[in-house]
Amino acid sequence: MNLLMALLKRKSVAASLLFILIVVVAAVFAPWLAPYDPTRQFFDGLTLEGAPLPPNADFYFGTDLLGRDLLSRIIYGARTSLIIGVVSNGIAVIIGTLVGVTAGFVRGWTGSILMRLTDLMMSFPALLLAIALAAILRPSLWIVALVIAMVNWVQIARVIYSETISIAAKDFVAVERTIGASSLRILLSHLLPHLLPTILVWATLGISTTVLLEATLSFLGVGVQPPMPSWGNIIFESQTYFTSALWLVLFPGVAIVALSLSFNLVGDALRDELDPTLKGRL
Amino acid sequence: MAWYIAKRLFYAALILLGVSFITYLLLFLIPADPARQIAGRSATPEVVANIRHQLGLDLPFYEQYLRYLWQLLHGDLGRSYVQRSQVSDLMAARIGPTLQLMAAGIGFELLIGISLGLVAAIKRNSGLDRALMAFSFIGVSSPHFIAAMLALYFFAVKLGWFPLGGYGGIEHLLLPAITLGVLGSGWYSRMVRSSMIEVLHQDFIRTARAKGLTRVRVLLRHVLPNAIIPVIPMIGIDIGIFMSGLVVVESVFGWPGLGQLAWQAIQQVDIPIIVGVTTLSAVAIVLGNLVADLAVLLVDPRIDVKNS
Repeated sequence: MNLLMALLKRKSVAASLLFILIVVVAAVFAPWLAPYDPTRQFFDGLTLEGAPLPPNADFYFGTDLLGRDLLSRIIYGARTSLIIGVVSNGIAVIIGTLVGVTAGFVRGWTGSILMRLTDLMMSFPALLLAIALAAILRPSLWIVALVIAMVNWVQIARVIYSETISIAAKDFVAVERTIGASSLRILLSHLLPHLLPTILVWATLGISTTVLLEATLSFLGVGVQPPMPSWGNIIFESQTYFTSALWLVLFPGVAIVALSLSFNLVGDALRDELDPTLKGRL
Repeated sequence: MAWYIAKRLFYAALILLGVSFITYLLLFLIPADPARQIAGRSATPEVVANIRHQLGLDLPFYEQYLRYLWQLLHGDLGRSYVQRSQVSDLMAARIGPTLQLMAAGIGFELLIGISLGLVAAIKRNSGLDRALMAFSFIGVSSPHFIAAMLALYFFAVKLGWFPLGGYGGIEHLLLPAITLGVLGSGWYSRMVRSSMIEVLHQDFIRTARAKGLTRVRVLLRHVLPNAIIPVIPMIGIDIGIFMSGLVVVESVFGWPGLGQLAWQAIQQVDIPIIVGVTTLSAVAIVLGNLVADLAVLLVDPRIDVKNS
């Protein structure tokens, strides 16, 4: 609670949390909030020449190339972004923590093999590896989530690894050992609680990366497939037309940047609050 | 020193071997049978078996991998499904423009990142500092495709300052390079700011000021060279992030480089090309990190390689 109050004191963080809340509400209550069905093609949704309509009284955000309501598609698109953000980042955090803790706590051969594996993953550009995997596996919502998790766990693993090593080297862990605590007990009741703040920070920052990666994959056509709306594939579908219909890029674009920025700001503030030695330096 | 360099080289070679194994797995995972695709629909089983034998697809997994590795070492990345030509030839035709855009883009990243970090550190905790850091945050939170499309819309379509994408002289290069530079500069400016602040607090800076050097001279001659050292390994790490942005920016601006080639391959599900570009990027990242790690030794003699 104290943490939340400290976070809310910063205006940028309060605004970020508010925006995240709006997106969550939009995603959960999409069927009630969206003015229309996101896949319905309106007869009067296009001009006589067949061009999409700019924002107006019937369609607040205008319509897309197929005459569908853009606002409804963006509201439903929030679901896609959040599901991928939470599921895929959740998997990445679990894999990253498991690998990092194991490598840092067990050390020896297991540890160095695991860390060499993360080095190996680091030498691939995340987007290209995700593109290759998604192209091979034929994308669907869950495959995309899995692919993003598979390229995103690396950074968390590295951070958790170095944290684990520095905590395991502390005196209180040695004391626990001398009074006969088992490795499992040290791991569960001493290491993990100390790692929790780090995990929390990187889980928040990771959602931002995940949202960006999903949007980019969908924009390239290997992410979430139409007609299921995603902020990235709305832009993918309208890219040929965007110089004459800027709203088709601007609205979903602002949504992506704002969501990613919000998670970044909250994660950064969490890091400041949870690790006071870093305050103001990063 | 020589021992460290040898160890580092060996390690880079090991990682490259791992890279080749992963890219091989990617090609191995493709559901379609390449022999059947080449043979065509009306081929008899004997013909398909013959092609499988020619391609070495009937060999055990490890022998196929060794064969792939052997071809890779000779610059053979396989054939494109759609264009029916060598992936390496297609890539060779594109590498020039990509290198141009990379050099210009990383140049802008450093120029923007270092100067913003410098200003923010000098004016730390002021309104300007907060504005610059907010700017860097927005930069790292924006996907490249949105920034590229908006830049194209405002600076090329509306204002007409730049051509509408395509390849050509410096005027074609500037807008994509600046887009990449602005988005990538965020991490650099934050890093330069924090390392500048650290250096500014040290005794030798006070001494330099006390012996009568001007502020500007102290900043440029004493603070900046020290604060900039962490930027060098950062460039090595950044190459990977940069390559991802390159695919998107090249495809939006119609820049005929490797990124656009990859983008076209994505639209046609031409997996050998995608894997080929991925392989080359991974090699670039491994070599970039190697060069950065060795360069930082030359630049900063204080680094003790015996204990690292």
